[in-house]
Amino acid sequence: MLNRQGRPTIAAGDAPVVASAAEHHTFTGNRALQQIEPLLFEIGSTERCGVDLDEPAPFTARLGALEAAAPVDLPALSEPETMRHFVRLSQKNYGIDTGMFPLGSCTMKHNPRLNERMARLPGFADVHPLQPVATVQGALAVMDQLAHWLLTLTGMPAVALSPKAGAHGELLGLMAIKAAIAASGEGATRNVVLVPESAHGTNPATAALLGFRVKSVPAREDGAVHLDDVAGLLGPDVAAIMLTNPNTCGLFEPQIVEIAAALHAAGGYFYCDGANFNAIVGKVRPGDLGVDAMHINLHKTFSTPHGGGGPGAGPVVLSERLAPFAPVPFVRRGADGQFALVEQAGEGDAAQAFGRLTAFHGQMGMYVRALSFMLSHGGEGLRQASEDAVLSANYVRASLADLLTTPFGDRPCMHEALFDDAWLKDTGVTTLDIAKALIDEGFHPMTVYFPLVVHGAMLIEPTESESKVSLDLFIAAMRDLAMAVKRGDVERFTGAPRHAPLRRLDETRAARQPVLRWTRPQPVA
Amino acid sequence: MADTRYTKDHEYIQVAGDIGVVGITDYAQQQLGDIVFVELPEVGRSFGKGDEAAVVESVKAASEIYAPVGGEVIEVNAAIEGEPAVVNEDPAGRGWFLKLRIADPAELGGLMDEGAYRDYVAALG
Amino acid sequence: MRYLPLSGADREIMLGRIGVSAVDALFADAPPECLRDQAPDLPRRKGEMAVERALGRLAARNVSAGSVPFFLGAGAYRHHVPATVDHLIQRSEFLTSYTPYQPEIAQGTLQYLFEFQTQVAALTGMEVANASMYDGSTACAEAVLMAQRITRRKRAVLSGGLHPHYADVTHTVCGFAGDSITSLPPDVAASEDIISQIGPDTSCVVVQSPDVFGNLRDLAPIAEAAHRAGALLVAVVTEAVSFGLLTSPGAQGADIVVAEGQSIGNALNFGGPYVGLFAARSKFVRQMPGRLCGATVDAEGRRGFVLTLSAREQHIRRDKATSNICTNSGLCCLAFTIHMTLLGGHGLRQLARINHANAVALADRLAALPGVSVLNRSFFNEFTVKLAGRDAAEVVERLAACGVLGGVPVSRLLPGAGLDDLLLVASTEVNTDEDRAALADALAAVLGEIAAC
Repeated sequence: MLNRQGRPTIAAGDAPVVASAAEHHTFTGNRALQQIEPLLFEIGSTERCGVDLDEPAPFTARLGALEAAAPVDLPALSEPETMRHFVRLSQKNYGIDTGMFPLGSCTMKHNPRLNERMARLPGFADVHPLQPVATVQGALAVMDQLAHWLLTLTGMPAVALSPKAGAHGELLGLMAIKAAIAASGEGATRNVVLVPESAHGTNPATAALLGFRVKSVPAREDGAVHLDDVAGLLGPDVAAIMLTNPNTCGLFEPQIVEIAAALHAAGGYFYCDGANFNAIVGKVRPGDLGVDAMHINLHKTFSTPHGGGGPGAGPVVLSERLAPFAPVPFVRRGADGQFALVEQAGEGDAAQAFGRLTAFHGQMGMYVRALSFMLSHGGEGLRQASEDAVLSANYVRASLADLLTTPFGDRPCMHEALFDDAWLKDTGVTTLDIAKALIDEGFHPMTVYFPLVVHGAMLIEPTESESKVSLDLFIAAMRDLAMAVKRGDVERFTGAPRHAPLRRLDETRAARQPVLRWTRPQPVA
Repeated sequence: MADTRYTKDHEYIQVAGDIGVVGITDYAQQQLGDIVFVELPEVGRSFGKGDEAAVVESVKAASEIYAPVGGEVIEVNAAIEGEPAVVNEDPAGRGWFLKLRIADPAELGGLMDEGAYRDYVAALG
Repeated sequence: MRYLPLSGADREIMLGRIGVSAVDALFADAPPECLRDQAPDLPRRKGEMAVERALGRLAARNVSAGSVPFFLGAGAYRHHVPATVDHLIQRSEFLTSYTPYQPEIAQGTLQYLFEFQTQVAALTGMEVANASMYDGSTACAEAVLMAQRITRRKRAVLSGGLHPHYADVTHTVCGFAGDSITSLPPDVAASEDIISQIGPDTSCVVVQSPDVFGNLRDLAPIAEAAHRAGALLVAVVTEAVSFGLLTSPGAQGADIVVAEGQSIGNALNFGGPYVGLFAARSKFVRQMPGRLCGATVDAEGRRGFVLTLSAREQHIRRDKATSNICTNSGLCCLAFTIHMTLLGGHGLRQLARINHANAVALADRLAALPGVSVLNRSFFNEFTVKLAGRDAAEVVERLAACGVLGGVPVSRLLPGAGLDDLLLVASTEVNTDEDRAALADALAAVLGEIAAC
């Protein structure tokens, strides 16, 4: 018997015309898959628990007078509620796995899942840093192999693996320089660090933290640092220059070798910010450019995940002159092939080590992931990746050059394309508005307002992970936005984003009336 | 009627006798955007010309306020600590930062007058 | 190559649009003599299977903590992490997202940071916490720098119970920044007189509890003495589970609390990545390093979260920033938040009770062995064992050869301090009766010079 009672089918032509979804409110405030999620403190309770814990056998406490009278006042959620809470939160986030993430200077490349599987092998994840060294030879071997790859790629003789982030690596590099200067008796006089105006904020912050005086090297109209400008600042008081290469404008510093030579002739050191290393891996070795110290962001160039802001890892390659001052701990291979950890500064191999920058040994979890990435690519693959990164950035640049304006004329870039806001002058649309409109188009915006030396900067870094289909869609979207600007369709921009989980947020209010934690609402008297 | 002078860093000083009222100009507050915090010095502190006297923070920027001339702080405007928005609303009036007893009036000579400052800002583009 | 989507044909089209014939034309600014004409001298690429084999071989050369009776602590602790935690942190939107600079599409990250900050503030008994630091040791150094900024004084005093790595990091960082650091000698018996070291030039006193030897320290009198002298108390905690059972540092008068959060949600990972907790009194919030997440509203009046008080940070203040920090511990911070959500305050207390009970049972068992004494009057889940006349490091090697990871010899952290006969032993909820028996039996055998295995 045929069932004639079933659900009616709607043919395409029958569908009623409905008003835009945004005009229809729901009772819950949810919009189908887009769910509002309260704070866990608003839905949790101290009665619930998502972990089953047995009562211990009776014992006599040995806590002295310091036993807390009551549990900490924090609620819990059961496991199903916890899953739902955090899954719903995750759905409000854009990630590399969502779509193109062209954030200049951040190298948002694909995070291979093989890396995650490798890092979770019990032999890597479930190992204590202070186990007897004989029981962790595999871990030390990972560090040794990673070091080998980094040294080969950079053409440098030594590497300090311990920093936990790029900025932490900058600290190490400048500390090594400061220690080297002190060792040669110039500690009192060599106290100036030269930093280009275009540099990332961590550069001058690090120098100032260590007691250096920061002198700014002006940015020129071509976006590069000029030998003349540097030479004019050189003297016996200059400890170092901090240069990013390729620089924050996405350009290879054309005079970098000459600048390094001049600096060395004046007795200073060359610190290179390696944030943009992705442009030149396998193509140019920083060691050949005269670099004395360079940090490498494993979470940029070598694909360890950004994780919403961390954890990072920032190993620092060092020249012969600086290598003796590297901090503890580091790995040494003995004559018998066994690895040892050198953990005490001031003795043996670490006689001149400047100290220690972190407890334990560094970001092992990130070393495994980076090494997994390197092994997967091989030397040739890493070189190809850099070529593709540079190719993609230039493809985007060339595809938008007729509509957007560039601060340094029509010239090739490295792995990131930089535009300014001259094309937005008198349109009523700002760089920020472009970024917010891109959100509605399904992209994470490019880096905006950095570097500071370019007005309304837009820094686009596609990385090697984007397919041509993906690049073409981004280009098309940008072209559509540019045309909308030219048409005077200001409202499309100033009202953006409209389709994200939230509209633009009031950052002024957040800073003027800081609310930095949830507090239990007080009962009204 | 106070005589107002201006610095290249966009501070003003309204001078009456040997007292100067110091604040930031309308141009400065526009450039900074919504001001969220000000840090004022203690009353009684003395500054030389050009010393860092106060800090003003907006959401996206932070700026030092330098003493336009040397002097001793005799009063600070606690109202803007509680309500930094006042600096945006009325920078030359209720949004003042501090009052200095001017050490050396001759230092005022190096500052711009109203017209010169207007030209200076116009040239900044 | 599986991670590179561009085909040869794609590349040709793209070169054509750019207007060059080969990609090397785009490297024209590099000095020609520096542009390598060959791939680096490194192994050929590997498919997944080959990578797994290569790294699997290396992993197999490590003795994993879960495969043997395991009793190491000294700043990193083995706890059971529920399956939910690791599953959730691997969701793409958490794993592959970035620092939430575009808050409209990062409310997931921002909300969990706000929840994390709330949890950390509650656990430490403080008013405000930041969105995490790299780890406990760097947080400790940053706290001393912060105390120096607040008090405008340059001398910090470090307790002899502070983890030696933490002390070394603080000496290194603060020393380079121009501070003077006074470290008291290793204080095994928690008997030092730190109060007498506080003077009018002291910026802060740094005290760890439970300390590196496992002793519990009463912070309240130290806080009072510090405050009388216009100095701050920085409290350090390296075992976050201890917050579940001990009076919080905030309740005892601490001004800044730093901690290692690894114990909650994060694996041992051979020392990293970990997660630094940083909390302080709200009057000091503008001097705090690191990121802060705050609540606000969007253009339609809906509640949302943003990074705030950014003007303190490096990307704005540059050379006047509170610190040079850019990264936090993101995913490790999320793992902490999820685990803490599953536990809640009551669950954490129960977990802490189990830890303490296990440690008490183990301490009693070991103290009954000839030649072994437990030095601590009070402890949480870690204590110091004295092995009369023996080199603890050598004992640990012998135990390891017998398949027992028995603890951390103090000489590993403090070589040449005359403490070679001391062993730090930790016991968490992961240890069973069998584990305790295995350690006791193996230790008795090693000390009795009998073949232990």
